[in-house]
Amino acid sequence: MAPKFLKSVHVPHRKNTKNSVPQRFFEVKSVTIPMSMHIGAPAKPVVKVGDHVKTGQLIGEPGGFVSAPIYASISGTVKKVDSMLLSSGGSCMAVTIESDGLNEMDENIKAPELTDFDSFIQAVRSSGVVGLGGAGFPTSVKLKVDPAKVDYILINGAECEPYITSDTRTMCDDAEWMLAGLEALRRFFPATQFYIGIENNKPEAIKVMRETAAKVEKCEVIELPSSYPQGGEKVLIYNTTGRIVPEGKLPLDAGCIVLNVTTLAFIGRYLLTGEPLSSKCITIDGSAVKNPQNLIVPVGTMISEIVEHIGGLKCDPAKALYGGPMMGLSMPDLDQPILKNTNAVLIFDEKDAKIPAPTACIRCGRCVDACPLQLMPAELAQACEKKDLQRLSELKVNLCMECGSCSFVCPAKRNLVESHKLAKQYLREAGIK
Amino acid sequence: MSKMNLSVSPHIRSSRTTQNIMLDVIIALVPALIASVVLYGFRALLLTVISSGACVFFEYAYEKLLKRDITVSDLSAVVTGMLVAFNVPVSMPVWMLIVGDLAAIILAKQLFGGIGCNFMNPALVGRIVMMFSFTTAITTYTGSTGIVDAATTATPLADPAATGFVKLVLGMHGGVIGESCAAALLVGGIYLCIRKVIKPIIPLVYIGTTLLFTWLFGGAAPLESIFAGGLMLGAIYMATDYVTSPITDKGKVIFGVFLGLITSVIRVFGNYAEGVTFAIILGNILVPYINDLSETKPIGAIVPEKKKEA
Repeated sequence: MAPKFLKSVHVPHRKNTKNSVPQRFFEVKSVTIPMSMHIGAPAKPVVKVGDHVKTGQLIGEPGGFVSAPIYASISGTVKKVDSMLLSSGGSCMAVTIESDGLNEMDENIKAPELTDFDSFIQAVRSSGVVGLGGAGFPTSVKLKVDPAKVDYILINGAECEPYITSDTRTMCDDAEWMLAGLEALRRFFPATQFYIGIENNKPEAIKVMRETAAKVEKCEVIELPSSYPQGGEKVLIYNTTGRIVPEGKLPLDAGCIVLNVTTLAFIGRYLLTGEPLSSKCITIDGSAVKNPQNLIVPVGTMISEIVEHIGGLKCDPAKALYGGPMMGLSMPDLDQPILKNTNAVLIFDEKDAKIPAPTACIRCGRCVDACPLQLMPAELAQACEKKDLQRLSELKVNLCMECGSCSFVCPAKRNLVESHKLAKQYLREAGIK
Repeated sequence: MSKMNLSVSPHIRSSRTTQNIMLDVIIALVPALIASVVLYGFRALLLTVISSGACVFFEYAYEKLLKRDITVSDLSAVVTGMLVAFNVPVSMPVWMLIVGDLAAIILAKQLFGGIGCNFMNPALVGRIVMMFSFTTAITTYTGSTGIVDAATTATPLADPAATGFVKLVLGMHGGVIGESCAAALLVGGIYLCIRKVIKPIIPLVYIGTTLLFTWLFGGAAPLESIFAGGLMLGAIYMATDYVTSPITDKGKVIFGVFLGLITSVIRVFGNYAEGVTFAIILGNILVPYINDLSETKPIGAIVPEKKKEA
């Protein structure tokens, strides 16, 4: 018999900031906005040094079909258009704007007019919205499908990563934007069932979303268990609809589209006001942060400037992350910008930054019990060590979503996710699927 | 600014470590140790401490000699030492016990690469070496200074019904140090399950199938016999050894059934009164094959068609 929920692990919640209603922090000195904050072609800068820009003005046009436009997040003068190194390893062009302190909104901004499906997709594209759960896939590309093929649209409000509460705040505080987004989806996906999946440790968000969902036809809130990784795309699809995304395929092949709650909220806001995505609600927390809280900041704000604004750190930072502790990306220093898909910045002290040294695998099988996709991480790691590509492919390493559950539970503290990433690279290099 | 840590995710880890797993096993063995002192006297404790000490020493010395990382702090050698001692009677000469420890740590564990790499349960290898080298010493249940009569002779497995159910469960009969008190072993087993150190699958399936097959084969007093001999100790503490048991639940079931079958075949038809040791060692050898048979099916995996053609 198929289980109702996929396997999961209990990670600490640490939702310290769940009641922190985000304050706005727009009095920034400058912003540096990378042209690659999404999957696909980087945007092309359309401003030059010396130009004066206003909030919401286009500064980067999409560099291809799978791409997204980028807008100025403050008003001021363009100081630099130059290449920068991203924490993810690549480099891209970035536009640095020095604030004029006015935060003037571009006067051309107005709510889009929706006439047909194409105008809706165009509006989503113009909004600059990309997958805000972290993946950064351009949302307009995801939605540009035959609506008849979509049985379910799943709104992902699981927020299963420890610490992060920015999605929770979006659900609690921006329900009207969510409603506008849902109503538009309802109009253009008339036959599709909507589910909003939320972990049951967020009763306030569930209550607000229930009230919102009641106003939309065929829209329901589904309470998920509070165990990691409910917000993983494949996990959410299975746990709400019972469907399985086949290997190498997209959710659409299982009749599903998954949108993060914040993605939906920004689509809704754009439809209501015409304001494109240029600021983000982020959670700033971690053992080194004096005053953990939620904050709304312009995209491109330097993390060091945010840290200063909220009262600084308790100690020297020993590790800083984009995102949560299970899947987050570590950054080399705090002079890094907030990206469109940044939902949290976590800064840790020496003690929390330290990862225990790995010891020998004792074959206890905890990783096998933890893997939501029923992979065998211990076997994969062994095959990876031997560079046994045939075995890696048989064991389906490419299905791994790098959720980190296996490494989390491992008593020998083995870096299983790291070896899976390496294994995928081996297969890519060898051209094996 | 100081250099920041750029490690790969995940950035938090559970509090479970190899060391605290082994500590839990040690704690789970304490009730049986206390029972053995009550049953057979203070020397039971002495042997257990010496055996653990010897195992830790052998592991340390081997690793030091070969300039490897010293792993004795993971406590697995302590567990092995306790289990080796639990397999000998209270009258066992100390030097013979130490030979068993040497076999367990060096022969079964370190020569194959240390923790995680041994393919047979070290404590059972120690037992087998002692069984063939010192057959008389290991099967003579005299010298008790505890509540068990020093004159008690042969293993109750020869005629479980004669010993009686209550005496078997409480361990009030001649036997090796750690096997006798089934009740204390069960308490430890329940502790291990509650602490999620082991899953109850292997012990339940193993003991269940032993009961079933002993009955089917017409063995004497099947119900009593599951509390006699090394079955409880073997099923709860040795067959569940991570390294030498299958990794998936399905594999654990296959493993348990196999162990139960072999144990009852040896017990009912074999020359040896006891079959647990050989059953588990045989099972250990089959683990890689059982693992192959019982791999998980990844969610969403597309299995290549070629299997159908064959």
